[in-house]
Amino acid sequence: MTPHPNALEIADLVMHFGPVRAVDGVSLTIPRGRVTALVGESGSGKSTVGRCVVRLVEPTAGTVRIAGTDVTHLSRRRLRPHRGAVSIVFQDPAASLDPRMLVGEIVAEPLRLAGKRISRRERDARVAPQLERVGLRAEVARRYPHELSGGQRQRVSIARALISEPMLLIADEPTSALDVSVQASVLNLLADLQRDIGFACLFITHDLSAVEYLADDIAVMYLGQLVETGSRERIFARPAHPYTQALLSAAPVADPVRQRHRQPVLLGDDLPSALDPPSGCRFRTRCPLAFDRCATEVPEQTMIGDGMAACHLVQSDGTGPDVRTADPSEVLS
Amino acid sequence: MTTASAPVLEIRDLSVSFPTETGTVSAVDAVSLDLAAGEIVGMVGESGCGKSVTAMSIAGLLPGSARVTGSVRLDGTQLVGARESDLRRVRGREIAYIFQEPMTSLNPVLTVGRQIGEVLQVHERMSRRAARARAVELLTLVGIPSAAQRVDNYPHQLSGGMRQRVMIAMAVACGPKVLVADEPTTALDVTVQAGILQVLRDLRDRLGTSVLIITHDLGVIADIADRVVVMYAGRVVERAPVDDLFAHPRHRYTAGLLSASPQPGRHAGTDRLTEIPGLVPVLASQPDACTFADRCPAADEQCRAAAPPLEDVGGADHVAACWHPCVTAPTAAQEANR
Ligand SMILES: Nc1ncnc2c1ncn2[C@@H]1O[C@H](COP(=O)(O)OP(=O)(O)OP(=O)(O)O)[C@@H](O)[C@H]1O
Ligand SMILES: Nc1ncnc2c1ncn2[C@@H]1O[C@H](COP(=O)(O)OP(=O)(O)OP(=O)(O)O)[C@@H](O)[C@H]1O
Ligand code: SF4
Ligand SMILES: [Mg+2]
Ligand SMILES: [Mg+2]
Repeated sequence: MTPHPNALEIADLVMHFGPVRAVDGVSLTIPRGRVTALVGESGSGKSTVGRCVVRLVEPTAGTVRIAGTDVTHLSRRRLRPHRGAVSIVFQDPAASLDPRMLVGEIVAEPLRLAGKRISRRERDARVAPQLERVGLRAEVARRYPHELSGGQRQRVSIARALISEPMLLIADEPTSALDVSVQASVLNLLADLQRDIGFACLFITHDLSAVEYLADDIAVMYLGQLVETGSRERIFARPAHPYTQALLSAAPVADPVRQRHRQPVLLGDDLPSALDPPSGCRFRTRCPLAFDRCATEVPEQTMIGDGMAACHLVQSDGTGPDVRTADPSEVLS
Repeated sequence: MTTASAPVLEIRDLSVSFPTETGTVSAVDAVSLDLAAGEIVGMVGESGCGKSVTAMSIAGLLPGSARVTGSVRLDGTQLVGARESDLRRVRGREIAYIFQEPMTSLNPVLTVGRQIGEVLQVHERMSRRAARARAVELLTLVGIPSAAQRVDNYPHQLSGGMRQRVMIAMAVACGPKVLVADEPTTALDVTVQAGILQVLRDLRDRLGTSVLIITHDLGVIADIADRVVVMYAGRVVERAPVDDLFAHPRHRYTAGLLSASPQPGRHAGTDRLTEIPGLVPVLASQPDACTFADRCPAADEQCRAAAPPLEDVGGADHVAACWHPCVTAPTAAQEANR
């Protein structure tokens, strides 16, 4: 049997925490070996999507398939054989590593959780090459997390995530807590490992320059829903959704001469709440191009190549106004 | 911008150390820096390099255990060693601060109008009515829509970006000469960040406020700063007008920092990011050496034997502390532009 072509398929995923509609109907596919970046406003539900995939939380509705197997509601025991297929790396390396465990124990933990009984010798033998793979010396296994730098700790959590040879890695803001100079080494490491091992990756971040560097595809989230998906090339060159356009224009580039000639689209910062999302298009309260239909009708997803954009103004051929150049009064008339 | 006029704020040889159980930590080592009227100066550097300590020492906000030496003059008045009562008057009226987390600095049980109003009642002796009216003006100034209604909101009723705008409104309530903004947008989204940076620019343009903005985000620096100060391990290692710094970084740490961030149009499939090898030194007593020597590709005996002075490296108002400054090789950013 040929392996299933998609590492991850999420369909109509919904995750409500009581009244909080953290994720509200997200569908996303990641083919094997591809990196998809999930970007969007703080609180838009990115981490919650990741947590549903690794089943840290059980979704309210929708399905999650890992290599074709529906894992959405599997019991802990039935989930176990699939555990090794997906791993997660979190934002804050300090908080996600147990301070009382040695690095060697931390890295080997997924093996234990998968129910494998292994001797100490065998464990050390398995851990050493993992540490080496992430650029740490084998003796680091006998240290505690607090004895390492932030970048080294993030390498430890990547080694832990990769020891089970996962097919899919969820990387939730893996570089956000790190210094610029350390970020570069972690991004290089992820790029190298991804190329060598070939895992698929859901790369959650708000750093658009890291997205452009690492991702193959991009999914843009706003208030619990995807507003646009597409290839990195297409999204950076021709973003279709007004929110994506605003996001790209608002991220400053590290070059004062170019930055001076850019005009960020200034959105209001009256962010709507996931407790009570706006009717119609959820972006309409901040959208410079919103018109009457936006308040009454939920915009359909318009297909653009392999991706889509959910906005009334995007035409069926994928074109539409650009908030970075459009004069709102003209668009509305 | 203008650096020719006399500086509003003049910092000379500012050093700060903290006694700790394991010995004295030298957090800031002989930092000098001027802020001209209406100028926005950006400060960057690795985590723990002394940016916040420098900022807090300006108006005497450090804990009593801190040992502060050197000089900080505001319009000629010495602030280091000044009486606490004098410093209290300076804070709020002449030097104002905004920090990263606006929620912790706002009082959750008072409306934003009352909080801004109190600042005005205390410092400007305004009546409660007048203070409220002024609060609405200030909220409008920092770009809060329907300020007349928002003035009666409690902090939890506002988004993170709006809370930060309220903090800025409070900070500028008394028309300070200097605004110190320590990571003011770090907790915010880029779309909200762009609005906050615009507010800071507006304040400078309309009120002539000088701004010292601390960030680790080179994009923010490129966006807003007139001049940039780069710190490394407690020292200023480079200082230059923003365009010159990005185009011709002379200190090896600055150059490393600039080429470490991903450039537009580059992808992992074809390019590697340039890393700065090694670790930031643990601060103890400052060595008689360049603090970057352990990580520097150009370090030699001289670098390990003596601390390089901050010297002119050519270009207007461009100084760096390096025995072997970079020849002005094109940076990754410039390469990408070609
Ligand atoms: N366990 C929980 N209980 C209640 N609400 C939650 C829980 N986890 C998340 N939320 C809420 O769900 C929404 C989405 O949160 P999530 O952490 O997924 O956002 P995010 O996009 O990852 O944001 P950030 O960029 O800040 O990390 C938020 O409103 C958050 O407060
Ligand atoms: N009260 C204190 N007692 C002892 N050491 C301190 C104290 N405050 C700060 N330090 C030390 O002084 C150094 C400089 O700290 P500072 O907060 O200025 O760094 P920073 O450049 O602002 O870093 P970041 O980017 O992480 O905010 C650090 O090594 C810090 O641990
Ligand atoms: S549907 Fe309307 S409100 Fe939503 S993004 Fe498009 S124009 Fe803006
Ligand atoms: Mg998150
Ligand atoms: Mg700080």
